[in-house]
This record gives sequence, structure tokens and C-alpha cells, in this order.
Amino acid sequence: MIAQVIAANPRRRRLAQRIAFTLLTISTLSAFLALGAILYTMLANGASALSWEFLSQFPRKMMTEGGIYPALVGSFYLTAGAVIVALPFAMASAIWLSEYSRGGLWVRVIRVGVNSLAGVPSIVFGLLGLAFFVKVLGFGVSVLSGALTLALLILPILIRASEEALQAVPMNFREGALALGASKWHAVRTVVLPSAIPGILTGLVLGVSRAIGETAPIMFTAAAFYMTRLPEALSDKVMALPYHIFVMATESPNYWRTRDLQFGAALVLLGMVLVMNLGAVTWRARVRRRKQW
Amino acid sequence: MVGEGTTTAQVRSLDATREWLERNLHSTSILETERFSFYYGREQALRDVTLGIPLDGVTAIMGPSGCGKSTLLRAFNRMNELYPNTRAEGTIRFLGQNLLKADAVSVRRHIGMVFQRPNPFPKSIFDNVAYGPRVHGIRSRAVLTDLVEESLRRAALWDEVKDHLKKSALSLSGGQQQRVCIARALAVRPTVLLMDEPCSALDPKATDRIETTTRELAQELTVIMVTHNLQQAGRVSDHVAVLLAGGVLAEFGATKSVFANPCCDQVADYLCGRFG
Repeated sequence: MIAQVIAANPRRRRLAQRIAFTLLTISTLSAFLALGAILYTMLANGASALSWEFLSQFPRKMMTEGGIYPALVGSFYLTAGAVIVALPFAMASAIWLSEYSRGGLWVRVIRVGVNSLAGVPSIVFGLLGLAFFVKVLGFGVSVLSGALTLALLILPILIRASEEALQAVPMNFREGALALGASKWHAVRTVVLPSAIPGILTGLVLGVSRAIGETAPIMFTAAAFYMTRLPEALSDKVMALPYHIFVMATESPNYWRTRDLQFGAALVLLGMVLVMNLGAVTWRARVRRRKQW
Repeated sequence: MVGEGTTTAQVRSLDATREWLERNLHSTSILETERFSFYYGREQALRDVTLGIPLDGVTAIMGPSGCGKSTLLRAFNRMNELYPNTRAEGTIRFLGQNLLKADAVSVRRHIGMVFQRPNPFPKSIFDNVAYGPRVHGIRSRAVLTDLVEESLRRAALWDEVKDHLKKSALSLSGGQQQRVCIARALAVRPTVLLMDEPCSALDPKATDRIETTTRELAQELTVIMVTHNLQQAGRVSDHVAVLLAGGVLAEFGATKSVFANPCCDQVADYLCGRFG
């Protein structure tokens, strides 16, 4: 009703348009504003802590001095482990869902399952990891348990992104390959998958950014409060950047004295995510330029 | 002309096939359908189609939109079954063998296809043309290089691309892309080439080149082409099959005589452009 009245009057219609446009602009700007505010706070409070020593040294004096080196390395181990475990499963699932499944109830159930998995709170993954990997399988609090838990967390992200990337490959590529006598698997391997790589990569970066910043899943499964050495085996505990920030800010006996270290560590975490995203976006753009269809 | 050696080899193989057909099947048809019907779910796309595709020349399949001409063409290399819930009745024989019971992959090795929209892979020109041979296990660089050159010559594209075979096939014009696709299909040395409205996405000049190439290829292998363009069918084809609504084969014969004396009013109406 109201929409009809507005539409009938040109002047009002123009007004409505202007209001809508303003609202949209404000909404967009507010997102930038929030990002800007976060970046500003972090830089203002943490930039002073940044130095080569900060990145390359162990924490000292009850974590009130020194660097974040072991946490940085630990985060790298955990994230890399999660990707190594999750990516093959995710690719296989996505290929099956996109290329082989023929629809029907089961496939719908599986899709709903994958989407629900993506919506599960990360603390639940943490508890699952504790109950299953740490206790039942007996991996203990270790790099292995943490990486496996993070792998579960990013699995649905990787599956969804990979499946979307595969679906975006034009049908006539598949037909062209099959018409030449290629088997389905051969067509997937040589034509469909290579064309989907940029999209899969985007999903991978999303997954990595998610995994590297999570605290809850590793809190009970992998993370150590403090370690004097780097982990040497999969069964070792490990320090990790987000957990390190968390304990410095809440559980360290001198937490008020380490404000700049906390912000510095958070800044490093943010920087890593940013660099990875930028790297992936640039690479994807380059691949896209080469393969346009 | 270019590619002389291969051309004679192919002509000879066409002659050999002809002899074989006459001796063993007393026939000149390389593909024969018998009461062939095809269904997408409950919808019937083809109804009791019985025809024999002659070994020699270009056979055009014509008819109004939705009459099942693409379905008939894609039945010959079993591409229809890529879609779920399809069903075929009747038989199609290829060189006397039941095509519907054969292994789809080996069928497609002998019956190649060119699609309506050029669909080169996002790979180099060389890798596009070499794709089929590689699928069938050819690894030798020298053999592949020869095959690629031979196929590009047969598709009348060699002179335009010989200096940049490593360039992406997607950087070529639409007409060139379609000729890459023809070369790609030829590279596995098929006996039959199916063309599904190969010029409908191309400009008149590119269309003309594809038509000329098609005429030349018909000296070496059997070509079956779906087209909705009457002039094109008249220019290119030796035989024409006209399908009408409901997937019924209304007429099949030499193009000249079908165009001059359509068998019935419906075909005459279609050919005069009164519908479809």
C-alpha cells in the first residue's frame, strides 16, 4: 500500500530514493568506521611494542617483557596442521557434492549438516576436541589435538567455498572433456579442478584466518600458558598467539603492566591475517586474468 | 594443400569403412537408429525415430525449437545420459554395433563433438588440442606435436596460431575458438563428427569459414550437424533430417530433393519459415 502511494508520486519517490541512498551509504561507512576504530586503537596502543626482538624472542620476567616468538611459531604449527588435515577431506567432499552426487534427500541432509557445522560455536569444538582427541584417542593436550580440532572448525568453510568454486566452473567445460572420451574423474582432475583453484584458495584463506584467530578450540586441546622451548613433537603442548593474548590480558599476575605487549601481539595477529588475505586476493586476481571465461 | 598425407590417410580410411559396411552390413549408413525414443523424466523428446546416417557427406538435422534435434545428435555420443532421469528406447547402431550398450567412453573416442558455444578449456591452444590424445594415453611430445599440427591444419587454424600455440585458447576470437574446438575433436581421429549449431554464436565471416571447413572435413569423415538455419543447411549439407514438434522424424533425404519437394505440408511450412 504505502509503497504504491510513494511510487505514484514522483517527488516522493525521489525523496524515498535519497533517503534509501543515504541509509545505505551510512551503513557502508559505519563498517569502515568500525574497522578504522579497531585499527586505530591497536596501532595507538601496540605499535610501540613492535620490534624485531618482539617477534624473535621468548617472553621474559613472567611475560612482562620479551617477545611472542613461541606463540607465533605455535600458531603457525596449529594452523598449518589444521589445513593439512582439513583440505584433502574438504576437497574430496566438495568434489563429491558438486560433481558426483545426483541430488536427493541424502545430499540435502549432508548439505544441511555441513552448514550446521559452520554455525557451531567454537567453544563446542574445543570441548569436543578435549573429550575426543585429548581423552578418548589419548593424544593429550598437544599440537596434534589442537590441529585436529581446528581442522574440524574450518572443514565446513573449506567445503562450502570449494563446492561453490566447483559449481562456478561452466558446465560446457565438463561436456567438452567428456565428449573427448575423458572419464568423469579425468575431466574433474584436468579441467574442472584447475579452473576452480582461485575460488578454493579464497576459501582456504578464509579458513586459515578463522583458524589462526580462534582461542576456544585450542584452549583445552593444545595451548600452553608458557613454554621455555618450541614444541618438538606433535605430542607437545604449544603456545599460540590468540591464547597468549588472552592469558596476558586476564591471567597474568601483572596484566596491567603488559598493555603494550597485548596490543602488540594482537596487532601482529591482525597483520598476519591481513597479509594472508592480501596475498590470496592478489594471486587470485592474477590467475583470473590468465583464465577468463 | 596442407596436411596432404593425413588427408589421404583419412580418405583411405573412409573408403575402407565404406567397403567394410557394404561387405558386412550391405549398407551405406554408418549410424542407424531404429524406433529410437528418448525421455527427460516423463517428457518425451524423441518419438520412434528411424533413420540411417550415410557415411559420406554432411547430414543436417533440422526442425523448430524444442523438436529434439540436439537430443538426437547427443544420443549419438551418449551425452544425453549426463543428465539425471533420462531414458532411451529402441536402438542405435554404430558400424553395426549397439551404441547404447557400448562403453560410453570408447563411443566418444570414435564420435567427436563440437558444441553450440565455443568451449575451449582455459589452457593453451596446444594443450586444448592435445587434450583428447592425452586422455587416450599418448604421452610422447613428438606424437602430440604432430597431432596438434595435423588437427589445427584440418580445422584451418594452423596458419593463424602456429607461432603462439602456448597462448591461452581463450584469448582467441569466437570463430577461432570454435575452430580450436573442432581441432580438439579431430585430434582423437574420430570417425564421425557431431556439430551442434556450431555457428550460432558466430558472426557471418566466422560462420563462412566454419562452413567451408566442414565441407572439407566431410571428405574425410562423417559429419552430422544440427542447424536451425535453412540457408546453412542448403549450403553445407548433402542430406537433411527434419524433425517436427514432439520429436517425430517427418522427413529424411537428400537436401536438394527435400528442399525442392517436401514430403508433406508440415515440412513445407517449416521450410518456408511459416513456423518454428
